[in-house]
Amino acid sequence: MPNIILRDQDIPGIGTYEVYVQHGGYEGLRKALSLSPKEVIAIVKESNLRGRGGAGFSTGMKWSFVPDVDGPKYVVVNADESEPGTFKDRQILEKNTQQLIEGALICAYAIQATAIYIYVRGEFWDIGFQLEREIEKARAAGWIGQHIGGSNWSCEVYVHWGAGAYICGEESAMLNSIEGKLGQPRVRPPFPAVSGLYGRPTVINNVETLANVPPILVNGAAWYKSIGTEKSPGPKIFCMSGHIAKPGNYELPLGKTFRELIERAGGVRDGKRLKAILPSGASGPLLPGTDKVLDTPLTYEDVAALGSTLGSASVIILDEDTDMVWAAYKMIKFFRHESCGKCTPCREGTYWLEQRLKAIYERKATRADVELIESVAKQMQGKSLCALGDFATSPVLSALKYWRDEFYAYVEPAKPAAKAPARKAAPVAMAGD
Amino acid sequence: MLKDIYAEQIAKIFAKYPDKRSAIMPLLYLAQEHYGYVSPEGIDEVAELCEIDPTQVKSIAGFYTMYRETPKGKYWLQVCTDLPCALVGADKFHHDLLDYLGIEEGGTTPDGLFTVEHVMCLAACDRAPMLQCNFRYVENLDMEKMKALIEQWRAEAAQSQADGGA
Ligand SMILES: Cc1cc2nc3c(=O)[nH]c(=O)nc-3n(C[C@H](O)[C@H](O)[C@H](O)COP(=O)(O)O)c2cc1C
Ligand code: SF4
Ligand code: FES
Repeated sequence: MPNIILRDQDIPGIGTYEVYVQHGGYEGLRKALSLSPKEVIAIVKESNLRGRGGAGFSTGMKWSFVPDVDGPKYVVVNADESEPGTFKDRQILEKNTQQLIEGALICAYAIQATAIYIYVRGEFWDIGFQLEREIEKARAAGWIGQHIGGSNWSCEVYVHWGAGAYICGEESAMLNSIEGKLGQPRVRPPFPAVSGLYGRPTVINNVETLANVPPILVNGAAWYKSIGTEKSPGPKIFCMSGHIAKPGNYELPLGKTFRELIERAGGVRDGKRLKAILPSGASGPLLPGTDKVLDTPLTYEDVAALGSTLGSASVIILDEDTDMVWAAYKMIKFFRHESCGKCTPCREGTYWLEQRLKAIYERKATRADVELIESVAKQMQGKSLCALGDFATSPVLSALKYWRDEFYAYVEPAKPAAKAPARKAAPVAMAGD
Repeated sequence: MLKDIYAEQIAKIFAKYPDKRSAIMPLLYLAQEHYGYVSPEGIDEVAELCEIDPTQVKSIAGFYTMYRETPKGKYWLQVCTDLPCALVGADKFHHDLLDYLGIEEGGTTPDGLFTVEHVMCLAACDRAPMLQCNFRYVENLDMEKMKALIEQWRAEAAQSQADGGA
């Protein structure tokens, strides 16, 4: 089956306006413009497209919350992609640029937005300029600017570069960042649909989410629902990294199993055995590489039933030699670094988790420290303003859930039976140590 | 002064947003390009352009990792050592690079050419080990390729010195 989102794998150059229009480009927007904004929202709602940025919320529903008021309204495209293990939006931005722009324009038409801001992570420096060049081509063709496609709707598209802060991927922090304020999350309500960017109604969607929209408009909601499962329809990009033979992005319909996905990517590297899977980067709980997990369909609800999340589907593979204490410590370092510091439980909690995990990893801790990190993580849960405070607990809690003995082996005097995997010949100190 | 040298770019930046304050981030990038880092003069000029207090601009600059608060080497090498890259050897690569250049993490070579820092995920986990050199991605690395690149950059720097460039 040809790719629906990663079309660049089938059609070289599809990211450029010239090639895109030769392959049906802008037919989705043309179709949208022939309908009323409400009809467009109804189609997207009916398709049951769910947000690809992590939360899996119904896209059509999100759009329908925007009130029908005069004055500026905004679409913010979340291209901040900073979750460890995630590199799918980058491929869309680089290689299927126009499909994203068209999707964002359809969203903008549906909510009658006056401007679109594409928030690209600062490190995507060149990609941002390439995006600007493609925006100019779409403008020259009449898809951006005044009276688009002869309608009485007008809309501008701008690129805004972030500057290196994972938290700005959180939607309300992103709005503050664009406004030139500190990129910290906002207290909700009010929700962005009512009071978002500059206090105006705003829809924030992920890059991959919006890239799904043009084919939905062209082929209809029924077609879309025929792909994937009933509750999780459509194609999904899976980012495969870590101990995998062929790392990269893979597009599959939702509902295939972990086993099928891993096979598609060539299996575990070097013929090793699978130990664990991180289905959604550092932000979702670890899963053990058991048959039960491997045979689970990749849908929002099935992965949730396992006690993890599908999230943005950045699947990190850990082989049998992976030291889980080390892996948990790595992830906590990330969250400690990225906590924006606004709430005490998250700021202090990530600090203490990193401190104690470091001590455990360096074999300078006791059994009590293992219990302590567990209790700190549990106390952090549900106490923070944004989801990062919860994400930060999952590496610790899930590693302890399945591999608790590995932690104990680090804090007890070395015994022949100790289970911590032997450190490789010359232990490499971790970055920042 | 930024406002004279980059007049056209600055006008374009302000035209993007309904509010002057939103121009802080893009203007900080301009200041960094001009001064080599976000210098105190740069902060003051951005504040004046956006009509807000310099301390606020400074706090924005400090919030993000891509604004350099001190000058860096001509080649600012940011090596990703986050989990997915580390699983396939990024920590070792980072340490080997530091050893090869004879510097510590975060340090700059005495000739002012290279600064090495480790950073979090750069969305290139399928092409590890990798780094970003002055905002450009360099991927699928190993020390052999790295040594060749370092030689190439040294030669480029010597050439631009000979040409009278900075
Ligand atoms: C700490 C944190 C980081 C996030 N980072 C991203 C990100 O990089 N990209 C993204 O699309 N969504 C990210 N999200 C989710 C966004 O807040 C938001 O749910 C999403 O952009 C909505 O788009 P969607 O409905 O199309 O998925 C993040 C959320 C949190 C709490
Ligand atoms: S939970 Fe953490 S990252 Fe989120 S707002 Fe609070 S301190 Fe900031
Ligand atoms: S972990 Fe290194 S680029 Fe993602």
